Amino acid sequence: VADLAPMSVWAVRVAPGGGVHTQGVKHSLNPFCEIALEEAVRLREAGDILTLSLPQETLRTALAMGADRAVLAELAEGAAAGPREVATALAALVQKLQPQLVLLGKQAIDDDCNQTGQLLAAMLDWPQGTFASRVQLEAGAVLVEREVDGGLETLRLRLPAVLTADLRLNEPRYATLPNIMKAKKKPLEVLPAAELGVAAGPPRLKVLQVREPPPRAGGERVESVESLLGKLRHAGRI
Amino acid sequence: DFVEALRAVVGAPNVSTATAVREQHGHDESMHPCAPPDVVVWPQAVGQVQELAALCHRCRVPMVPFGTGTGLEGGVNAVQGGVCFDLSRMDAIAELSLEDFSVTVEPGVTRKALNKHLRGTGLWFPVDPGADASLCGMAATGASGTNAVRYGTMRPNVLNLRVVLPDGRLLHTAGPGRQPRKRAAGYDLTSLFVGSEGTLGFLTQATLRLHPLPEATAVTIASFPSVGAAVACTVQVLQAAVPVARIEFLDEVMADACSRFSGMGLPVAATLLLELHGSQRSLAEQQQQTEEIVRQNGGSGLAWAEGQEEREQLWSMRHNAWYAALALRPGCQGYSTDVCVPISRLPEVVVETKQDLQASNITGPMVGHVGDGNFHCILIFNSQDPEEAQRIHAFTQRLGRRALAAGGTCTGEHGVGLGKRALLQEELGPEGLDTLRSIKAALDPHNLMNPGKVL
Repeated sequence: VADLAPMSVWAVRVAPGGGVHTQGVKHSLNPFCEIALEEAVRLREAGDILTLSLPQETLRTALAMGADRAVLAELAEGAAAGPREVATALAALVQKLQPQLVLLGKQAIDDDCNQTGQLLAAMLDWPQGTFASRVQLEAGAVLVEREVDGGLETLRLRLPAVLTADLRLNEPRYATLPNIMKAKKKPLEVLPAAELGVAAGPPRLKVLQVREPPPRAGGERVESVESLLGKLRHAGRI
Repeated sequence: DFVEALRAVVGAPNVSTATAVREQHGHDESMHPCAPPDVVVWPQAVGQVQELAALCHRCRVPMVPFGTGTGLEGGVNAVQGGVCFDLSRMDAIAELSLEDFSVTVEPGVTRKALNKHLRGTGLWFPVDPGADASLCGMAATGASGTNAVRYGTMRPNVLNLRVVLPDGRLLHTAGPGRQPRKRAAGYDLTSLFVGSEGTLGFLTQATLRLHPLPEATAVTIASFPSVGAAVACTVQVLQAAVPVARIEFLDEVMADACSRFSGMGLPVAATLLLELHGSQRSLAEQQQQTEEIVRQNGGSGLAWAEGQEEREQLWSMRHNAWYAALALRPGCQGYSTDVCVPISRLPEVVVETKQDLQASNITGPMVGHVGDGNFHCILIFNSQDPEEAQRIHAFTQRLGRRALAAGGTCTGEHGVGLGKRALLQEELGPEGLDTLRSIKAALDPHNLMNPGKVL
């Protein structure tokens, strides 16, 4: 699964109605999803690699990196594309195509939710191996090394399973020109998201407010400790 | 008031006379002592650069361009004070053309930022001097790096420059909005400004030549019984027309230091690090040819790294050479020499230099872009010890002259800056220097652009 996030080098601006300004902002492949795709390409003896994306633009990059075919889930204009919607679309696609392994990035860098993989596994009732830093296929199972707070945890999951990729899993390749040209001929199917069961209703998450951090105020020099304490008290810091 | 006039052009937040800010802009990564400017300004657009330059020109105030401050020859040190133009806020990437293989960048764009931007297009900008430097800064110093043997230095990869001249006029060296892949139209102004080290004008935008990413890459390390054997191997690889992408030399001191610093367990011997680019098939052929030549020259330990992570590991070991060298004598400073000689003279120059290092009792591991005949001694010394500093200085002068005597240059890629002006005179001779001075006088008659550098 490849998700999209606004490119990190662009200055992020708050849009007038709240939320983040995304019109005309260049989007790129979410870094963790790129790592998941790279792992899939390396495991390719296991079969076809299908990538799914919600908004479009960089599916051809995923095909250029080595995916065999792509499906674009087209959302209604302005519809939400949060973890629940993505997981729902993926679950529908999984029921249709019956893959043995689903690899996702651990989180998208625009919302940092870290929920899609877990929601998907629950919807499918499949085992999950999240924050994967090493993946090894076995007969009918997958060995996953996970980065957890206490260190590294190794799990053996029966296939089919859902895995989410963490930073140290691999270093994704750059798409080269010959592969970009070959990618133009690879199949890219467009499906309306409604066909994948993504409800058109109001989003279940409501963003109350998005604002920029307060502008940086200048520093101030003080002449004595008393003066320092006075100013800190005045600012409500102590 | 002059500073008020500066504020009127760019706004008060973009002008600073604070000591810390000025000191930060008064030095780069070289050993030259900090020489802070009198004021630092941050123009946001080329029009502002022009206005500021015109103002400084009227008032005869020196001007120093500043990109990332990662130079190695004191190019940004404001030895005559004046105004430092920090151009890093001008950071637009524009006019990317995948069919013409070109892109224009402003001074705030670094080479890693550009390559990140190009990810997914199948193109890259290969000039890699090590630091994540400003691309316009790299154009100003005529930078090179590990990939030059195949992809060239900055000079052939800059197609056009938008220059603000010392009096504020705007010049496009190949004409406005043009980036032909070749041209025969008049004196080559682009090439004149590449390597001018901020002494002829401000490089506010560069149009760069991009290259297709190689389909496949392989890297290997080989150890040799002697420096001569390693260099002979290099020459033969080039003569066999193997289009080697990188060919880096480490002497045994450097190989040992890098190996220990990065935990790689390399043999303590003259070492070559080679990288090949090509399609899957042509790569296999190149690998075979290289293996044969390496073996013929007594090389050993050849094992190809093709996966992304292994290649990164080998190259980061090489890129950490500076820190590995510093780790040999903790607490000391480092200074990198930079001479370039014809490859046929490289073994003798390297051997003589090593003898000089031993005789002078200097710690100086060597690393080099052997394919270009360019090598660096990373001299590690205690700058607080005046006797040692003097020995280092004398050594670098001898090294510069040794390179000149071998038909080479006193600076292959770092530039002349503050410290090599005398050597430049010896290298070019009086007619050469006079010609340079005429050009400088024509473009900057009041010597306001980065005074005290190059000439």
